[in-house]
Amino acid sequence: LGLALYASSLRGVSGAAFLYHDYCVIGAGPSGLQAAYFLQQAGRDYVVFERSHAPGSFFALYPRHRKLISINKRYTGKSNSEFNLRHDWNSLLSHDRRLLFRRYSRDFFPDADAMVRYLEDFASLLKLQVQYNTAIIHVTLERDRQAWNGHYFLLTDQDRQNYKCSSLLVATGTWVPNVVNFPGSEYVEGYETVSINPEDFAGQTVLILGRGNSAFETAENILGVTNFIHMVSRSRVRLSWATHYVGDLRAINNGLLDTYQLKSLDGLLEGDLEDLAIVKDKKGKLHITLRFYLENRNTSAGIDSVTLPQDELDNFATRAPYDRVIRCLGWKFDFSIYNRSLRMMPGKGNKKKYPQIKPSYESRSTRGLFVLGTASHSVDFRKSAGGFIHGFRYTTRAVHRLLENRHHGVPWPSTVYPITQLTNSIIKRVNEASGLYQMFSILADIILLRENATAFEYLEEYPVGILAELETQTGRKAPNGLFVVIMEYGRNFSGADKDVFYYNRAVGEAQHAWQSNFLHPVIYYYKRLPTEREMRLRPPDWPLPRPDAVHHIVEDFLTDWTAPNAHILPLRRFLENCLSTDLRNFFA
Amino acid sequence: FFCISVSPGAQPFLEQIENSAEALQDYGVSVVKVNCPKEDVSRYCGKENAVRKAYLFRGNMLIREFPTDALFDVNSIVANVLFALLFNEVKYVETLADLQKIENALKGRSNMVFAYVPATGTAEHRAVMEAAFAYGTLHQFVLTTEATLLKDTGNDESDVSSARLLFCHCQQATDLAEPCRRTAMGQTLTMLNIHRHLKLMGAPLVTEVAEDPEKVSTVHLQLGLPLVFILSQKETYEADRSTAEFVAWQLLGKAGVALLSRDLVDLNILLRSNVALKTPDEGVPIKYLVLEDTDEVITLVEDKNKIEQIQEEEEEEEEEEDEEEKENNNQDIQDDQVVEAVSRDKKRELPLEQILVLTEETFHSALLETARTVVLFYASWEAVSLAVLRSYTEVADHLKGTRGVLLSRVNCWDWPGVCTKENVTQLPTIKIYEKGERSVMYNGMWGTEELTSFIMLSRVSCPLKLATIDEAEGYLRGEFPSELSSYHHTSLLGVFSTATSEAREAFEEAGNILSGHVTMGMYFEDDALALSRKYAVSPPALLLARSGGRSVEGIALSKQSAQDMVRMIRYESLDIFPEITVQNLPRYLQFRKPFLILFSDGDTSQMESKEMLKLAKGRPQQAFVACWLNLKKTPVGRGVLKAYFATMPSLPVLVWVNLHAGGQVFKFPSEQSITEMNILSWLEKLKAGLEIPSSTLSEEDWKPPLPAYDFLQMMETAVPELPLHTSHRHGDTPERHPPESPGGDTAVREEPAQETKAEKVGSPGRDLRGTAPRLAAREKQGKRHSKL
Repeated sequence: LGLALYASSLRGVSGAAFLYHDYCVIGAGPSGLQAAYFLQQAGRDYVVFERSHAPGSFFALYPRHRKLISINKRYTGKSNSEFNLRHDWNSLLSHDRRLLFRRYSRDFFPDADAMVRYLEDFASLLKLQVQYNTAIIHVTLERDRQAWNGHYFLLTDQDRQNYKCSSLLVATGTWVPNVVNFPGSEYVEGYETVSINPEDFAGQTVLILGRGNSAFETAENILGVTNFIHMVSRSRVRLSWATHYVGDLRAINNGLLDTYQLKSLDGLLEGDLEDLAIVKDKKGKLHITLRFYLENRNTSAGIDSVTLPQDELDNFATRAPYDRVIRCLGWKFDFSIYNRSLRMMPGKGNKKKYPQIKPSYESRSTRGLFVLGTASHSVDFRKSAGGFIHGFRYTTRAVHRLLENRHHGVPWPSTVYPITQLTNSIIKRVNEASGLYQMFSILADIILLRENATAFEYLEEYPVGILAELETQTGRKAPNGLFVVIMEYGRNFSGADKDVFYYNRAVGEAQHAWQSNFLHPVIYYYKRLPTEREMRLRPPDWPLPRPDAVHHIVEDFLTDWTAPNAHILPLRRFLENCLSTDLRNFFA
Repeated sequence: FFCISVSPGAQPFLEQIENSAEALQDYGVSVVKVNCPKEDVSRYCGKENAVRKAYLFRGNMLIREFPTDALFDVNSIVANVLFALLFNEVKYVETLADLQKIENALKGRSNMVFAYVPATGTAEHRAVMEAAFAYGTLHQFVLTTEATLLKDTGNDESDVSSARLLFCHCQQATDLAEPCRRTAMGQTLTMLNIHRHLKLMGAPLVTEVAEDPEKVSTVHLQLGLPLVFILSQKETYEADRSTAEFVAWQLLGKAGVALLSRDLVDLNILLRSNVALKTPDEGVPIKYLVLEDTDEVITLVEDKNKIEQIQEEEEEEEEEEDEEEKENNNQDIQDDQVVEAVSRDKKRELPLEQILVLTEETFHSALLETARTVVLFYASWEAVSLAVLRSYTEVADHLKGTRGVLLSRVNCWDWPGVCTKENVTQLPTIKIYEKGERSVMYNGMWGTEELTSFIMLSRVSCPLKLATIDEAEGYLRGEFPSELSSYHHTSLLGVFSTATSEAREAFEEAGNILSGHVTMGMYFEDDALALSRKYAVSPPALLLARSGGRSVEGIALSKQSAQDMVRMIRYESLDIFPEITVQNLPRYLQFRKPFLILFSDGDTSQMESKEMLKLAKGRPQQAFVACWLNLKKTPVGRGVLKAYFATMPSLPVLVWVNLHAGGQVFKFPSEQSITEMNILSWLEKLKAGLEIPSSTLSEEDWKPPLPAYDFLQMMETAVPELPLHTSHRHGDTPERHPPESPGGDTAVREEPAQETKAEKVGSPGRDLRGTAPRLAAREKQGKRHSKL
């Protein structure tokens, strides 16, 4: 609190050069607005910078064909609002019941314009502090030992206006289109500008670079009017229903897979785009060749001297010339605005489009800089939903709770229950909690046992990657052991190559629950908080280190884990044996 | 059998003879009943006593006539009939001399079967006769009912009450002076056992075998007995033969003996082996042994039987244990009685019409409509909730038509927001909301009665402001307010002068907390002084009216906080010498004081209650709770007594138990009478440590009733390579890595190295150089591309 007071007094001192805020949020997209909502609710001094004149500018342009692939399930047969969020992938979290996405669209896959309207309403109805038309073009640090994190963040906008912030929340998403440079890449049209009118493709032969949802969405749009479409990418198709990762190819866009496998002229190829080259012939047709050949040729020679693969291999797959080549390679984080002192580094391997962050969503190198939203997806890339609204709305809330504890002495919210309610509180959460469900294996409920296990404290949706730091991060104490409630898929069930429809894929008996394949609750019991070392040395594919005991609640077809004998009874036995007590009810 | 008319006395005999007809049929005997016409005066019908006899004919010759009373059942009929028919085959002897005469006559000719039965006409007798029918031509059967004969035949250890059968090997006997060798049958005399025994006796003593012992089968094996092989060699044949015979005699009836000559059979066994044992059990290989002497062979067989018996017993026990274990392993069987009861009744629909369903939308508006709204917060999946919902419907029934109270419910599974907002941390929770204002949470028992009383008491504001002194008096008598007159409770009345606002505020606050649990009134009119004076206190004061105002106590109030006042009121409103019931026990337990309980079968005697009351009243701030328990009303008290004393003590019994310190149980000496004086001196002795506790209650916690599924262990057994302990990382699946842990710099640095390694090893498509030629190369890739 002393720090906060000091910081606010600083506003007067710092003079005209800087406008000061405790929290600066860059980007008024879904995650920026979500962060703003929590900061506002907590009464914090914050501002959101948005370069556009309205929130959610990404959605004003993307997806180009306007169909959101996040589901808008309006009916679940249940009135439980928390449960219903499990199947509402578009709403942000708020107390305002008007701000549920189902009020904005009747479509299961809604139009992106609805999202833009929704975000506008979210910002205005909740009176969030968004400063529009402010593009932050530079971020640097100012060392100050008095500052919350040992430094202030200095932000500069396009008008050279400077801002000073104690904490920086980066919610800029990934908006810089991925491009590849190869000879002839100047003939390639980008997804961001390509025509979305199918008529423009009538009778054309199209090559699409990329294999993500944007590529398939583009193909889907023109499938009916083109001669044929070829799609080339380095990686194989990953179907989201096989990988249970929503970022992989969704079934709604996969019409091209159909036409490819039914030999209706369209096709998929694997190859590295870096090796490609495109040459344009006199008729304006585009030919695929290899960089390899271009490097060997005499540069002064004309187009006809270029070797095409089919010259050597007369059945070369992509020997037919194309009318258009479209690039749909996704986006990456904008690293350009950060001063070197912030050391915003791209991730490794397939995470290089995201900045490096810790499981607490804080930058690896700059304390006080948190990355929210899509840009924070490196934590659970190809695993959970942290890169999407229905996932990062929860991780943003988690970050806010971490900040409340760190800077304002507000411990992580918790409820204390008598031990008799232990089974009930777990059953309640695993049946309705949306954060646990969407951010499976990433966010977990933590049950801290009180002395003698007569009562317990329940903390919701804590980032499980920083379990070892629980006491400092939440301001709660865990001296008497803890339970971690998390949801998991079976470890070897899904994957790009796996048959996820094999017979007997579902486990029905409680005693075989640990072999459950579909999303199901798992409860870990630790007699003491795991250390950082134990977290680091945990088995691969395990969200947590080896517990003292573990319980799986058997997967359920209806995801309804309230069956007295199959779900609740084994759970009670597990809890009883961990606590060495009897948790039964008796009639007096 | 001839009968004149069916006389009632002959009826049982007729039934038995009809039953035995079938059995006799097997032996060629027909049973005929002749109805004698009255006028018939022939040889059989005419005689007066003939009708009490049965006659046995062969052809038209009468063999024997039997009195019907000797033919009392099927066994006796069959035995007697066969005995008569086999007159020559079965000799009946009465003296030892007769027996020896027969025996000597048989020597060298035939064997003898000697049977002793305690009486004729028994099941054993019948068995012997039936055997004689089958084997009578083969062996000479001798029967006796004289016990002395049995003793003389050397069976002195056997008791004469049970039948015996001996096989006398007279055929081979040569010496007239010596009695024949005898082999007693070990089993009881049944047709089957005799048959088996005779079969064994008839089998050759030693079988000579010249084939693979695995293929050998003898009578013994067929009858379920083991077969002992004496392994013989040409050189030792004679000696082996006599050994075999010696052993065979010893084992006669227990096992067979065969002589196997090793020279004739190619056996793949130790040269040292001299004995083999083949058991009748199929699939059990022959055991080859090296034994020192014949005793070992005999013990081998006999112990084998013993061992088998023991093993069988053990196996049975094990099976039982297994079953027990299975039963104990009933982890999946519901052992929570509430859950069990609720699921048993799950198909029964509750009459919920009278209980208003509230939702997130209607919750707040509904609270404003009635003076008091009772809300049950529950979850439709939770067992206790459903059990309480049942009592709640009964409460609704009781309160039907009561004005100003609305019963409602909120399903927290449907409306979690409401429940969180209303701070519902337990399922179920009952709260009473006063129109738009405060709410009181119910924390009592979930029974219908307790709930109803709570709701009824809550209807009246707590504390209730009394306007006139008449109202105040009526209140103390339990007559006012009228809606509470049927609920007998201790009434509390706070009397305040207009000046003492501080105490009054505390009292009011205490009232808010205690609302629903006690009836509290307050009076602060000008004449408050007069009221208090009547009860010999001065305001601020508390008047405590027990049992309908028959006794009113006055307690002065000092400067107490509301919390202190709550505590005091809770304590004071309890009865002085209460009857402990399951329902009110928690109220008394909360003081954490020792209990002095009088267990009584039915009501306590007047004398006892008087003395106990004196004791309890004597020390107002007691260091213990004096109470009694009616075993008729609270039968669980018997279980409590059993836990205290192991056996039921004689009643009434006075017990001192300190549950909160040490758990020692003391029993008031039964020879002393229960008087205040006696009890006090006993308590003094207790305090001084002069009494020995009858028992000490263990501090054992409530342990888990059954173990849980050990998934951790299952995982380790099923997937042993699962590296639960180490941090083995797979280089070829980098995308499946868990997120880097904080401070995991080393782990992060390791990754790229492993990735490059993986790329070199496999995963085509990844390597930049590998791909370009592959798209173009002609040799291997052509096919693949054309396919693409």
